[in-house]
Amino acid sequence: MSDYPETYRYTKEHEWVALDGDTGTIGITFHAQKELGDIVYVDLPRAGTKVEAGKSFGSVESVKAVSDIYSPVTGEVVEVNADLADGPEKLNEDPHGAAWLVKIRLADMGEVETLLSLEDYLAYIEA
Amino acid sequence: MSELQKTPLNAAHRALGARMVDFGGWDMPVQYTGIIDEHTAVRTAAGLFDVSHMGEIEVRGPQALDLVNYVTTNDASKLAVGQVHYSGLMYETGCFVDDILVHKVSDAEYFLCVNASNQDKDFAHIEQWRKEKGFDCEAVNRGPELAQIAVQGPKAIAVLQKLTGTDLAAIKYYWFADGEVSGERARIARTGYTGEDGFEIYVAPEQAEARWRELLAAGEEFGLKPCGLGARNTLRLEAGMALYGHEIDASITPYEAGMGWIVKPAKGEFLGSDVLERQRAEGVKRKLIGLEMRGRGIGRDGYEIRVDGVAAGWVTSGGPSPTLGKNIGFGYLPVDKAVAGTAIEVVVRSQAVEAVTIPTPFYKRAK
Repeated sequence: MSDYPETYRYTKEHEWVALDGDTGTIGITFHAQKELGDIVYVDLPRAGTKVEAGKSFGSVESVKAVSDIYSPVTGEVVEVNADLADGPEKLNEDPHGAAWLVKIRLADMGEVETLLSLEDYLAYIEA
Repeated sequence: MSELQKTPLNAAHRALGARMVDFGGWDMPVQYTGIIDEHTAVRTAAGLFDVSHMGEIEVRGPQALDLVNYVTTNDASKLAVGQVHYSGLMYETGCFVDDILVHKVSDAEYFLCVNASNQDKDFAHIEQWRKEKGFDCEAVNRGPELAQIAVQGPKAIAVLQKLTGTDLAAIKYYWFADGEVSGERARIARTGYTGEDGFEIYVAPEQAEARWRELLAAGEEFGLKPCGLGARNTLRLEAGMALYGHEIDASITPYEAGMGWIVKPAKGEFLGSDVLERQRAEGVKRKLIGLEMRGRGIGRDGYEIRVDGVAAGWVTSGGPSPTLGKNIGFGYLPVDKAVAGTAIEVVVRSQAVEAVTIPTPFYKRAK
C-alpha cells in the first residue's frame, strides 16, 4: 500500500490530511512508517483535545525509537482511530487508509492550502 | 561532516533494499525486511549479518600474552590455542575502554575483536601501554584488512557447513579454527552477539561480497534472512549482552556492570587492578539491572528510573523483546535497590510507568 493519494495534502513531518467538509482525517505517510520500522505503540489525543498546527499531539513508537506526530492543522479532535491501540502494526500495513490516526475539525480551512501537494511531498522525500 | 565509512558489502546491502543509517560513522544496514521479522529468523532459523565495521587488532611477539593480560581484565594465559574469551579493555581507573573478544592464535599471537567505533581508540591505548611497559611484541590494527560476517541461529551450522570443508561441529562454543569457506581462507569463530549458536567469519575484504552471496543462497532452504543492526540490538538485548556506550563505558567498571566473572585478580597486576581490587573488597555502589515494563511504554537509553517515587538511576538500553512479547531493558540502580523483583518506575516522556527489576539474560536458548 505505497500509493500516495493525489487528493491528500502532506507535511514535511510526514503526516497527511484528507479533507471532508470542515473535518480533516490525519495520518502518517507510507514513507514515515517505512523510516520508523515495526511500530509497537501509537499514542493519540482524546476526542475533544484542542490541537495546534505544527505542535506535537501524540507519538508513534517503533522497535527502534519514538517519534512525535505533529498536527498539520489547528482545530479540535473529533474522533480517534481506536483500532490502533491494539493493532499498532496496522500503521505499517495501511498508513494511508485504515490506519488513519485522528479526525480534526479545522479552525481555519485556509490552513490546508499551506500544506504540500502530493507532487511537492514526493519531491521532498526524494530529495 | 566527514564521509561515512563503508564496509565491502555496502553495495550488496543497497541491492537488497536495506535501510541504511549512520552508525558511529559507518554507513550500515539497520534493517532489510523489518526488525521483528529478522529477529525471529535468527531465533528460529538463521540470520546473516555484516559486521565488517568491527575492528580487529593483532598482538604478536614473545610478550604478546603479557601485553594482552596487562590491558585486559580476563586471564589470557588460561586460553588454549584456538580458544576465545570475552574481556574488558581497561583504563587505569578500572573502567572500560571497550569490551572485546580475545582469540589465542598461538603462544605468540592474540587476535582481538573490538567495537567498530572504538577501534582507533583501542589501538592507540594498547600501543601506548606496549611502549610504556616495554613489552617485547607488536600490535597491528587489522580492521581495514578484514571483513566480518556473522551467521547466527539454530540453522547457522547447517548453512555454513554447505560452504566449508572445515568440520564445524568440531569447533566448540567460544573456540575458532583457521580454515576455509568456498576454498578461500577464513577464520571461523563459534561466537556471536545474538544469544544463539552461530559463527563469526573473518575474511579478506575482496572476498566478502562473494561469501555474503553464497551464504544467502546456501541459507535459503533453511529460512536464513539478511539482518541489520536493528535486529542485532534486540537480539543482544534479549540475550542480556552489554553494548559499549550503553551498559558499559569509560565511567563504568566490570563489577558495576555485573561482569565480575571477566575480572581475574589472581593473574597479577593489570590496568585498573588496584581500583578493581578495592571495589571488590568494598562492594559497588551501583549495579546494572535487567528490567521489565509492567505498564504501557518502553524505557529507552537515558530515561530516569524511580524507586519509591524518587529518581534513583537510569535506563541504558530498552526495547520490545520480540521473543518474549514484553518490553525489556537494562539500567543502573543503587546497589541496595539492584535486587530482582524490586518495583520501579521508568519515566517515559514525563510519565512514570510501572516496571520491575528482573534477572538477566531475559532469553536463554534451549541447549
